[in-house]
Amino acid sequence: MGIQFRKETFRDDFSFKNSPEHVRRFPFPFHEDSYMYAVNIEPHKPGPKGSVLEFPFDVDEHYVSEMEDRALVLAEDPLRCQSLPHMTLAGWDLLELLMVSMAESYPEHFTLTRDGDTWHWINRPLGIDDTFVFGDTSTLPYGPMEYITRQSQGDYCILDQRDGNLWMDAGIVTTQADWSLDFDIGMNFFEWHAPVPLAHEKGIFTRALKFLLNVQQGQPARRLNWTMTINPRLDTSPENYHKWGPDRTTVTPENVGDKVHLRVELQTFWRLPRSNALVFPIRCYLIKMDELATSPKWAKRLHRVIRDLPEELATYKGLTRYRPTLVEWLSKYDDGGVTSPGFGPD
Amino acid sequence: MPIEPTIKSRPIYGTLSPQKGTEHLLIADAEGAQAILDLAKSAPEGFFAAAEIVYIPRASGEGHVAALKALKPARFYDGPSIAAALPRLRQTFATAHMGLRVYLAGTEGLIGQAMLAATEAGIDYSSIQTEHRGSLARRVQCVHCKGVTEDVTTQPVTCAHCGLTLFVRDHYSRRLAAFQGVCINAEDRSEQVPVEEVFP
Repeated sequence: MGIQFRKETFRDDFSFKNSPEHVRRFPFPFHEDSYMYAVNIEPHKPGPKGSVLEFPFDVDEHYVSEMEDRALVLAEDPLRCQSLPHMTLAGWDLLELLMVSMAESYPEHFTLTRDGDTWHWINRPLGIDDTFVFGDTSTLPYGPMEYITRQSQGDYCILDQRDGNLWMDAGIVTTQADWSLDFDIGMNFFEWHAPVPLAHEKGIFTRALKFLLNVQQGQPARRLNWTMTINPRLDTSPENYHKWGPDRTTVTPENVGDKVHLRVELQTFWRLPRSNALVFPIRCYLIKMDELATSPKWAKRLHRVIRDLPEELATYKGLTRYRPTLVEWLSKYDDGGVTSPGFGPD
Repeated sequence: MPIEPTIKSRPIYGTLSPQKGTEHLLIADAEGAQAILDLAKSAPEGFFAAAEIVYIPRASGEGHVAALKALKPARFYDGPSIAAALPRLRQTFATAHMGLRVYLAGTEGLIGQAMLAATEAGIDYSSIQTEHRGSLARRVQCVHCKGVTEDVTTQPVTCAHCGLTLFVRDHYSRRLAAFQGVCINAEDRSEQVPVEEVFP
């Protein structure tokens, strides 16, 4: 019967929410009661049935509405999608990776038929039925990266590999945690991570780069990252910070459960076959505190993580203004007892 | 005034020194001219006979023209502004041969914009000699409206295009030749932030 796609918004009236099944599959990012940066990269192996890791690229109940939100962002600001001239081949690589994977994982929603270089792509949830010539950009309505990522949840960065470094040379970034593709495009791995506090000193980026340079085709890797967002807003870009920033002043003890969201990024890393580029999807999952607190373990653990977070990290993640209110609200769920190991809910 | 390394996207600069090459392109503003004159002290015989000096003194006056000309470069250009010099520079870079060596000296705005013209023509940024001299003023791109404000000396600064009050970060883009400016009171516009001269 396939996925029941929700009709919802990530702006204005913020009607986004998770079904109870999606609350249970939320990729909670804390395996213990505290948090500090680590090189938490692991092989991107298939996870349990129904989990966000079941398939290489997760499609969930928010798919159609997220793609509508992406189209709105791109209409307002086309600079959210950019590809330097040498990255077109990598865009075709990405199109192939996503179409093949989506059609295999969700045959009821997506179909790919290949006859030599003539490809027929059907995307039923979005009502798309296109035939095009693989490798010929003139046969698609957008460049290959933009075409397929307008149909794929999450942001995508394509990293060129040269001179022993990775270069942010293409991407589509409309659901980001406060960083600008337009500003960072063309930068190397250390440069675009430059504003991150503490991690450089810990050698995190040197070790992560070494790992990523060696990611092999067919052996993708993944990690989780997290922050918090007020209201279920996908587009928390620096470009629009002056529009969404005021949300952070609206948190009260009464509305924490509805307004404050844990924002988790499932980041995966894939070697692309023709271009040897690395594609770096950053998939955003949102969950409001009321939904998260349906798992006593998650609420208890999040209380301890947020309460004990080093000040630099809290500032970097933009929590400073509402952290006391959030910690107070979460403390109601913390009886001081032991939490079970691992990420899952109870 | 020395520029301290802060974060990894923030450029740091060296001291110009003569490189082995078949041609030399030296670009400086008024503040940077002295760096060329200092380089000349250790330049080998015939260095300036294969050199072009592009001098962009802007409002700071023509004080170094005579001294630079006295180095007897093969070509000497004295231009009124970076913007005016850019078409010429782009052509020079586009037609450059492999043996061209590039030297940039002066304020960060001059170095950044000249470097951008060079890298757009395919010259590797790491092969370019740079030396910072003079003001710490910054070019700042407003992340909100994308407009660039020139010669920023204060923290925060008002965007010359959209009027938002911007915090000037150390985060720097070579592709834009600019630091990033982000609204400093985005969360609560009623917050008044004192303006200080921090990039004199």
